[in-house]
Amino acid sequence: MLDKNGIAKRIAKEVKDGYYVNLGIGIPTLVANFVREDIEVEFQSENGVLGMGPFPYEGEEDPDIINAGKQTITTLPGASFFDSAMSFSMIRGKHVDLTILGAMEVAENGDIANWKIPGKMVKGMGGAMDLVASAENIIVAMMHTNRAGASKLLKRCTLPLTGVNCVKKIVTNMAVLEVTKEGFKLLERAPGVSVEEIKDATEGHLIVEGEIPEMTI
Amino acid sequence: MITKKVLNVEEALQGVSDNMTFMLGGFGLSGIPEKAIAQLVKLNVKGLTCISNNAGVDDFGLGLLLQQKQIKKMISSYVGENDEFERQMLSGELEVELIPQGTLAERCRAAQSGFPAFYTPAGYGTEVAEGKEVREFNGKMHILEYAFKADFGFIKAWKGDTAGNLIFKGTARNFNPNMCGAANITVAEVEELVPAGHLDPNQIHIPGIFVQRIFEGVNYEKRIEQLTVRQHQ
Repeated sequence: MLDKNGIAKRIAKEVKDGYYVNLGIGIPTLVANFVREDIEVEFQSENGVLGMGPFPYEGEEDPDIINAGKQTITTLPGASFFDSAMSFSMIRGKHVDLTILGAMEVAENGDIANWKIPGKMVKGMGGAMDLVASAENIIVAMMHTNRAGASKLLKRCTLPLTGVNCVKKIVTNMAVLEVTKEGFKLLERAPGVSVEEIKDATEGHLIVEGEIPEMTI
Repeated sequence: MITKKVLNVEEALQGVSDNMTFMLGGFGLSGIPEKAIAQLVKLNVKGLTCISNNAGVDDFGLGLLLQQKQIKKMISSYVGENDEFERQMLSGELEVELIPQGTLAERCRAAQSGFPAFYTPAGYGTEVAEGKEVREFNGKMHILEYAFKADFGFIKAWKGDTAGNLIFKGTARNFNPNMCGAANITVAEVEELVPAGHLDPNQIHIPGIFVQRIFEGVNYEKRIEQLTVRQHQ
């Protein structure tokens, strides 16, 4: 079973040379720490920066340079700033190669719910609906089950949707799965996790073909 | 040369009254029109509709207007980090319309650019699409979104000149350029206001034609919402 850093490490392997990548808040943010150093990747933050760098050294923070999580950041050589409309032109216009975001639920048809729980304070969708509606390459990073032990990979989402038929790949603490027309196709198992355990933790249709390899991270 | 310079924030906000709709730039607390917000608190105008990506924190940004119950309706994409906002929203005192961030930016830009409406895939199949016109383009579903209409736009830029030309800094740019010229009257506040001719025309982000009033603010607080740093190795 993976921890959050383990999920981020496994997703980092999906980041390819020359990619522009948008990272959501939470586990996705950790992915930046594990991307291979021998490839060129630029991180986009939807509040208006491409070429995001690490957090600033203490005392060097600038209130005018933050990421979409409102954290102080730095920029790397080649970075650029732009307005919000242009930022979403990059996203809707499919110029961003990979979007990594968290989810509360994913359905076997690729629907995703990650912004609202009825009866609880709703904070808003931010840029998530624009991202999932447009990105061609979306990876969801999340735990396989919720705190109560219930599956987050469902036949149909029960929470209000963020987008429909959009998720392509899911990396959880238990497995790597691809969303296909037939359902969740199991690609890899997390170290020490059996196919049976993954089946038990997946409410949606799980496709298991042949021997399922253990993931390497 | 057409001059847009006004003496101070009092003059800049002349004509502001109850029940108006405002656009306010900023992402989180970065690039918010601090001086205009302070003046709105002073004027204590009520029944406002505010179009702004976020709603500030309890004691800064739009949170200051919420404390005085000046806002009737917020149109935003994300409204966390504000207890008073939550209280007013849950009690029904405050009407809240949550919309996708890219749609918010584009509804500003559409107003600025003379487009009455546009189609976007964002929100299709979700509750955001409820009651909206749907149309298929190239095999993909889209929903129709309308340009915003607002009385005043409050913009924060880094530098400006007396002709109303603006230059932004870092990610404090965010929604500010998209809101310029999108409301009936655009009020820009800048950290440094210089005479026309002192800014390189090649470096202007927003031409003065989109700005009606400009003034220099002093002592910007520029509060940091999430201070994150790393240690020297």
